[in-house]
Amino acid sequence: MPSDLVHLYMRIDHLPQIWCPGCGNGVIMRDVAVAIDELIHDEDNPIKREDIVIVSGIGCSSRAAGYLDFNSIHTTHGRAIAFATGIKMANPRLHVIVLTGDGDCSAIGGNHLIHAARRNLGLTVICFNNDIYGMTGGQYSPTTPNGDKATTAPYGNVDRPFDIAQLASGAGASFSARGDIYHARETIEIIKQAILHKGFSLVDVYSICPTYYGRKNKKGDAVEMLKWQRDNLVPTARYYSMSEEDRKNKKLVGILSFNDYPEYTEEYAKIVAACRKTKKG
Amino acid sequence: MPKTVLMQGNEAAVEGAVAAGMRFFAGYPITPSTEIAEGCALRLPQEGGKFIQMEDEISSIAAVLGASAAGMKAMTATSGPGFSLMQENIGYGAMAEIPCVIVDVQRSGPSTGLPTSPSQGDYMQARWGTHGDHPVIALSPATVRETYTLIIRAFNLSEKYRTPVIFLMDEIVGHMREDVELPDPSTLKINQRKMSFHDGANKQCYFVPDGQFVPAMKPFGQGERYNITGLAHDESGFPVNSSEIAGKLVGRLLDKVEKNVDDICRVEEVEMDDAETAIVCFGGTTRAVMDAVAAAREAGEKVGMFRPITVWPFPEKALRARLPRLKRILTVEHNHGQMLLEVQRIVGGALSVDFLGRIDGTVISPADILAKLREEGPSHAE
Repeated sequence: MPSDLVHLYMRIDHLPQIWCPGCGNGVIMRDVAVAIDELIHDEDNPIKREDIVIVSGIGCSSRAAGYLDFNSIHTTHGRAIAFATGIKMANPRLHVIVLTGDGDCSAIGGNHLIHAARRNLGLTVICFNNDIYGMTGGQYSPTTPNGDKATTAPYGNVDRPFDIAQLASGAGASFSARGDIYHARETIEIIKQAILHKGFSLVDVYSICPTYYGRKNKKGDAVEMLKWQRDNLVPTARYYSMSEEDRKNKKLVGILSFNDYPEYTEEYAKIVAACRKTKKG
Repeated sequence: MPKTVLMQGNEAAVEGAVAAGMRFFAGYPITPSTEIAEGCALRLPQEGGKFIQMEDEISSIAAVLGASAAGMKAMTATSGPGFSLMQENIGYGAMAEIPCVIVDVQRSGPSTGLPTSPSQGDYMQARWGTHGDHPVIALSPATVRETYTLIIRAFNLSEKYRTPVIFLMDEIVGHMREDVELPDPSTLKINQRKMSFHDGANKQCYFVPDGQFVPAMKPFGQGERYNITGLAHDESGFPVNSSEIAGKLVGRLLDKVEKNVDDICRVEEVEMDDAETAIVCFGGTTRAVMDAVAAAREAGEKVGMFRPITVWPFPEKALRARLPRLKRILTVEHNHGQMLLEVQRIVGGALSVDFLGRIDGTVISPADILAKLREEGPSHAE
């Protein structure tokens, strides 16, 4: 029997989803649904369900758009952020949430990611980051660690990886954060903040891919991969209470950068208002 | 009172699009189309619209499709290299049935080519640029004034058939300045998108009643939730793996254009009633052809001009109707012979089809055309 959350926010007719056993993507999709549910039911400042638009690209991650029962658009590979830009510009009232993957948003779509971050357009990008191209069968992605194996890196990956949250920060994102599937409650809170953030927000959520990345690199099953997240990814409070020495080789689950730069559509609206006033006057 | 202004073709494209209700433009600078982006940046905020300069042409067409899905009439403009980059998402627009207008101000190619020189080398790209079988409507203006009125028609057709429309300009028309008598805005016919879901039991977002071809559309964020995808999908908008449903969908997309060619196709015919020779041309080549036709007529030669305004689908029926009287066809294009292939397909060996083209970035003159007309017998030289 599916939970209430599934009934409320997922398209039951289109379940079960296509992801492999042990895949982390279902957890992230659940976290997004919980975050939205909590924001819809916020007592002080609820968001409206009909104002939410889910935009996705191509890849394992991007199938989530079809399962979530909101306005949804499943676009072309790498271009979800660019489609989302048009949607947000056309109707700035909308909460435009982009569900994407490491390949979709940082390889083929990397240019759109950095430019949307630079503009500070009010989109929320949730990256389902599993370090691999899953849909096409296990090729290395821009987040596959150096030396790791993939079907296109049979002798080990020569590339050095991106840290997508840092990449977004560097490109000027006014909200950049990291989440994972082990620390679900923390990640849900981060996603909520990202959706409420006025400017561009990105949450790089570490997923797991036991089928391709895990198997190729002898990382064990899904449980073993989750244990790795538990032991190596550290929520904010604990992270900052750790000594610098202890933080080595650990990664923060939390917000990396935050500021209140003016949001793009609000700035553009000022230009429109000024032009119209001049025209009338 | 219509007002007369001195205007460039690219400027007329902006003003015509604004008159058609275009309120969103996303683009990337590229010669010789850049004045369209500049004009939209200036004009759209004055009309309550939005302009954005994207990071490339791929994201420009993607943003245009997003804005259109969210309810705005939207456009982008580019030239050959950018048009090539847009092709994947043009196919997405055809598959997901999202209206928009893509202006391609053609320049000399291939590759970076001669960026400021005229060409009509994208005629076939306009038809076959994106992968898979898909519907295409492409219109090509010959004058600055026609640019203004025809781009309105491009939006009207796009909204009516829910499909991207290619507005195939060239450097000649794009950069030409001439007096334009703009029509009174109240006389313009503007199509609005057929909106809202069908009443009754069938609330499927791609539901098409029997005998019709185009589903009504609802923008995002205004009530009913639905899904848009470039995957083969059923009437609910969700992906399917059924060959039956996929075949039916693509068939309907093609039928939108193929079963409505009479509504979509437009031709300008000059001196064609008694013509024995027809010169077939389009876009910026037309002026030289008109001069050549006038000169030939003065010399007593029965020459006429057949100019597709709708260049895709090619106005086949109209050309066929002229074939019985014709002895010869001369196709004149600023390329290596692209529309020529359509003409040859339609004529099918019934009469001789000659070709005059140019691929060096210079323009074809009336004298070139007259010389070709007066050449003995059929030939295929350039």
